[in-house]
Amino acid sequence: MASEKGVMLLDFWVSPFGQRARIALAEKGVQYEYKEENLTEKSELLLKANPVHKKIPVLIHDGKPVCESLIIVEYIDEVWSDKATLMPSAPYQRAQARFWADFIDKKVYDCGSRLWKLKGEEQQAAKKEMIDILQLLEAQLGDKKYFGGDSFGFVDVAFVPFTSWFYSYETCANFSVEGVAPKIAQWAKRCMERESVAKTLSDPKKVYEFVCFLKKKFGVE
Amino acid sequence: MEEAKGEEVTLFGFWSSPFVHRVIWALNIKKIKYKYVEEDLSNKSALLLEHNPVYKKVPVLVYNGIAIAESLIILEFIEETWKENSIMPQDPYEKAVARFWATAAGDGLWQFFITEGKEREEALTSVINNFELLEKELIGKNFFGGDRIGYLDISVGWISYGVPIFEEITEFKIITEQKFPLLHAWMEAFSNSEFVKDTLPLREKLSERYRKVWEAIMQKKN
Repeated sequence: MASEKGVMLLDFWVSPFGQRARIALAEKGVQYEYKEENLTEKSELLLKANPVHKKIPVLIHDGKPVCESLIIVEYIDEVWSDKATLMPSAPYQRAQARFWADFIDKKVYDCGSRLWKLKGEEQQAAKKEMIDILQLLEAQLGDKKYFGGDSFGFVDVAFVPFTSWFYSYETCANFSVEGVAPKIAQWAKRCMERESVAKTLSDPKKVYEFVCFLKKKFGVE
Repeated sequence: MEEAKGEEVTLFGFWSSPFVHRVIWALNIKKIKYKYVEEDLSNKSALLLEHNPVYKKVPVLVYNGIAIAESLIILEFIEETWKENSIMPQDPYEKAVARFWATAAGDGLWQFFITEGKEREEALTSVINNFELLEKELIGKNFFGGDRIGYLDISVGWISYGVPIFEEITEFKIITEQKFPLLHAWMEAFSNSEFVKDTLPLREKLSERYRKVWEAIMQKKN
């Protein structure tokens, strides 16, 4: 990669992981070039920037690549530290923020995928798991405005892109997020009042179209 | 739960866990006094379950009554709480690279260990690709952290005993001096470092445990 000055994001439109990076950049007011990747035909640049996983998102800052969405968000927070701080300042709160962002990473996308990939008993099991995940996160949120407290923070950025997938989860597995975790549903609405979130998140109906496309591709009926 | 008195640090662990070893190494480098509690993973203590209700796993660090889980998160907590003998790079980009390799370095190694045939070949290709990139991170340095052991050395330190054990059991050499001279040298330097040397269980004991796990997995397959 040439040491071109500036910020570039290699991404895929509906990726909740890529959206984390976009939201963080927007919160910080960082100008960047967005490059949409074709995941069935990955660019030379992507393969060079992320030779280990070959995945998006990749943030390229002055020619240097940063991979893995949560690492990218912490990097953005540390470099553009003058505004919209995402991480808390005290060590224990930072550890908690990292813990819950990591929990979201480990659980949400994987369980969500099983909701639309599987049927019958297996799907029911995945549904129960998703409800448990949502309720555990709801307990963490409590009555706070955001996971970060009064200010929109790291865990909010980590989780909010998945809110546009709620419609797909609900439709595939027949349950209601508002029904099982009303505080999470309210929090999702509050986040959508932020410009960074509203401009970044995919339309839930478009996400559902994408899920249907994936279902066809994987031969799920 | 214990009453907090002054600075009290307790580590809940299991003797053979590489995740626990990371925390032990970090506590050593930072010269932090701590109490170690060995858990019986087949009969977890009430305290452990109370401190890590989400995953119910070790390691868990308890500091003045508050619990932190997940080894890499514990490392960053230790770095931020005890300022001396720093283990993280200062530069945000170097931090991002270290954090990336902390999890990516081990990719494929476990798959290589527990699979056979085509699956193992694929895992091995992935492992070799990663090690080739990781080798580059050591150019001009004794350790990933530079002159001294740092966060990345601690995070991937389990490779220094894990890979030789895997190689012995599978009878396949991955890290040779010819193929990976810097990684090979790093493994020795890391194992012999004052912060690591006396921390590990006897090599034979570790090896025996991994062999038992491997045999159980292989038996299930056949």
